[in-house]
Amino acid sequence: MARFPFSAIVAQDEMKLALLIAAIDPAIGGVMVFGDRGTGKSTAARALAALLPPIAVADGCRYYCRPEEAGSCPDPCHSNRSVKVAVPFVDLPLGATEDRVLGALDLERALRAGEKAFEPGLLAKAHRGFLYIDEINLLEDHLVDLLLDVAASGQNIVEREGLSVRHRAQFVLIGSGNPEEGELRPQLLDRFGLSVEVRTPNALEQRIEIMRRCAAQEADPEGFAAAWQDEEAKVLRQIARGQKLRAGLVVPDAVMADISALCQAVGADGLRGELTLMRAARAVAALKGAKAVRREHALEVAPMALRHRLRRDILDETGSTVRIERAIAELFG
Amino acid sequence: MNQGADTVFADAALALELFLIAPRQLGGLVLRGPGPARDTLIERLAATAMVRRLPAHVDDDRLLGGIDLAASLAAGRTIPQPGLLDEVSGGVLLVPMAERLPAAIAGRLAQARDSGARPFGLVLLDDGQGPDEMPSPALADRVAFLADLGFARPDESTFPADRLTLAAVAPLDDSALAALAETAAVLGIDSTRVLLFAQAAARAHAALQGRRLVAENDLQIAARLVLAPRATRMPPPVEEPQEEPAGQSSDQAENPNSDEQGSSQPLTERIIDAALAAIPPDLLARLAQGAARRGSKGSGGGQRAKSKLRGKPLAARPGMPRGGVRLALIDTLRAAVPWQALRRREAGERAPEGMLVRKSDLRVRRFENRAAAVTVFCVDASGSAAMARLAEAKGAVELMLAQAYVTRSEVALIAFRDSAAQVLLPPTRSLTRAQNALASMPGGGGTPLAAGIAAARAVADAVAARGSTPLIVFLTDGSANVAADGSPGRARAREDAEAAARGMAATGHPALVLDIAPRPRPEAEALARSLHARYLPMPMADGAAMRRAVELARVGT
Repeated sequence: MARFPFSAIVAQDEMKLALLIAAIDPAIGGVMVFGDRGTGKSTAARALAALLPPIAVADGCRYYCRPEEAGSCPDPCHSNRSVKVAVPFVDLPLGATEDRVLGALDLERALRAGEKAFEPGLLAKAHRGFLYIDEINLLEDHLVDLLLDVAASGQNIVEREGLSVRHRAQFVLIGSGNPEEGELRPQLLDRFGLSVEVRTPNALEQRIEIMRRCAAQEADPEGFAAAWQDEEAKVLRQIARGQKLRAGLVVPDAVMADISALCQAVGADGLRGELTLMRAARAVAALKGAKAVRREHALEVAPMALRHRLRRDILDETGSTVRIERAIAELFG
Repeated sequence: MNQGADTVFADAALALELFLIAPRQLGGLVLRGPGPARDTLIERLAATAMVRRLPAHVDDDRLLGGIDLAASLAAGRTIPQPGLLDEVSGGVLLVPMAERLPAAIAGRLAQARDSGARPFGLVLLDDGQGPDEMPSPALADRVAFLADLGFARPDESTFPADRLTLAAVAPLDDSALAALAETAAVLGIDSTRVLLFAQAAARAHAALQGRRLVAENDLQIAARLVLAPRATRMPPPVEEPQEEPAGQSSDQAENPNSDEQGSSQPLTERIIDAALAAIPPDLLARLAQGAARRGSKGSGGGQRAKSKLRGKPLAARPGMPRGGVRLALIDTLRAAVPWQALRRREAGERAPEGMLVRKSDLRVRRFENRAAAVTVFCVDASGSAAMARLAEAKGAVELMLAQAYVTRSEVALIAFRDSAAQVLLPPTRSLTRAQNALASMPGGGGTPLAAGIAAARAVADAVAARGSTPLIVFLTDGSANVAADGSPGRARAREDAEAAARGMAATGHPALVLDIAPRPRPEAEALARSLHARYLPMPMADGAAMRRAVELARVGT
């Protein structure tokens, strides 16, 4: 089934921006998407993965080793040939077991041939790509802990059943969930780099446009993809340029001071908020092709970088976004 | 607004026909309520499509395919086993008892449908009773039609034979799209997926009628079958429909092709009317219960007392490692070792190298896990209990929820006042949801203690049926003055409460009575005795103290 083009997704600008930032700087630490069912969360994530240019991997490697790193995975792979494969997109199903996520002893080989072989799990499959978890708030706690730990360290270490395996697992973690159906522990939320709130577009015109585009895509997937090819290429160029620019950008002291002041004003716990906001500001400046990181870049991404880090006050029912916007207005007018 | 039993069946039959025309676009149906009507529909489905039934005990390996371990061991080479989803590809998967489908399997099915690699239709047979038992929202959201058959009788409905394919029907024009979008907005339907279903249903109906263009009638059918059952709010009364469209007409004024929009207004109204006529009669009741459709199973999977996956390890036992059950390797080898010489002799020349393991040697791990705890607060909100108590109960609920994630517990809240009891908050772990539900908690009026006990018992039974452990906490002074049937009178009220309490004690659910009277009286203590509950006078308690008391009681159970 042909994927829906990323640029053809109607509205959802904040989520698209967050995904683009994650594509430019995967170290941002993942994106948490809050929103109702059927609002196009997974469509957007899938579309971005499908849009990105194929990656080069050592031929036949089960761990998607980069060609220059061939032989460094547990298998190990020894091919000098490199092949292009699509950016991995792994959809973690609800109720996945630890075995499937981490990888486990290859039982069949163990029992039949007496070999101690490791069967890579979903984390290995997601290396260099995206790991999408729908309804992360319904996932069992110990799995969420484990996922965030691997996402932060970029390494999956398996020590069980007499196996001792470590392999690279660097991926952009995208979680989605509806807070009405159970919440994520604050400690876990804090580990996500960005969080966005997705709502169904309220404007009638947008909803009609969604229906129109979906019908067009279904009737003629190739034609639809061709019609959006130029837009897609534009996004791709923007990402490529951003990735190149980002390395050279520094955040000036004045902007750093703004970031600290804002974090203090909203009472975001811990240092992670400031670090993420700084990274996100740099990524968004690179995305826009700016020569330097400016205050407006930081303010633009402040809600998504801080929203989920504010201390929860049971008595104050004001939304986090509102609190951040209020602080921005007070500090920077 | 009520619909006769025969239109219920006719609608469901029509939905089935539409689904058969566009199985990929429409996803499937939920058929709620057992009975002859449903059997008739399933027969019709089986006559036209390939149907596979999902066994209730299906596990991952069987569903997705994997390795046939027993056969592989016997043969000494890998023997793959196709999954049910491979077998059903291109057909229809029938899910019986969909309301009890484990979340893990529902998640797999939803994912398989989204990926579209192995297309299949989904027919969910929902035998649930009441709003507590609903099929997984993740699945219900991925099928176009929700049909509540109730006790409908089947009849002979015939459909045109010379139908078109879906592809032959032209896409909807802008005014038709606008009509569907506006109807969905008026009914408070947020999901864009539903809009796409409505669009496909309209085209499928045109195809059924052999028309190449979608007509107004097709849109009405789509609104009735797809949008109406998902309404989350009632539209404003028909007499004053200006409010909703008025807001939109300003949008439309900016629209360049406004002449076309002008003609869409009456169309939209007629589509909304069509949807309204089909709104389930119990919608208002469901809305009052606070979005009961949302799954309240925010507890993840597998929190049974004997878990297969996690918790304290127990001794291994013979069994097959599947469905997430893990092999106990050492125990398996230990079981196989004594037989090696014998087996090697039996196998003769053909014996493969290495250990000869048979299916009977396999041992699996077991774990013991604590069941999830659900605290059901049953609060006396009558005039005799001070209004302040209500606020404290709310505080206790919110405090407990604030750390519910850590203790893996859920909280429910029932209030009884005036003449009846009301479930204000079905079991949940969501603080957001609780705050919404508790924002307006009325107080005052009589004390229908019997009704409160009965409501608490119903919630506790549902919790226990899900495999969790309920603890019921009554906040009352124990004095009843409204009988079970809602009539006033102290004597009867006390008798009824006593009877309800004894009935409750028979279920064995642990309970706790917090006496909230400023000066403790014997009534509450008597109530606790009838309930076989602990009794705790708390004349000066605040929310935090209540929480501590409940947690202590929880440890004791």
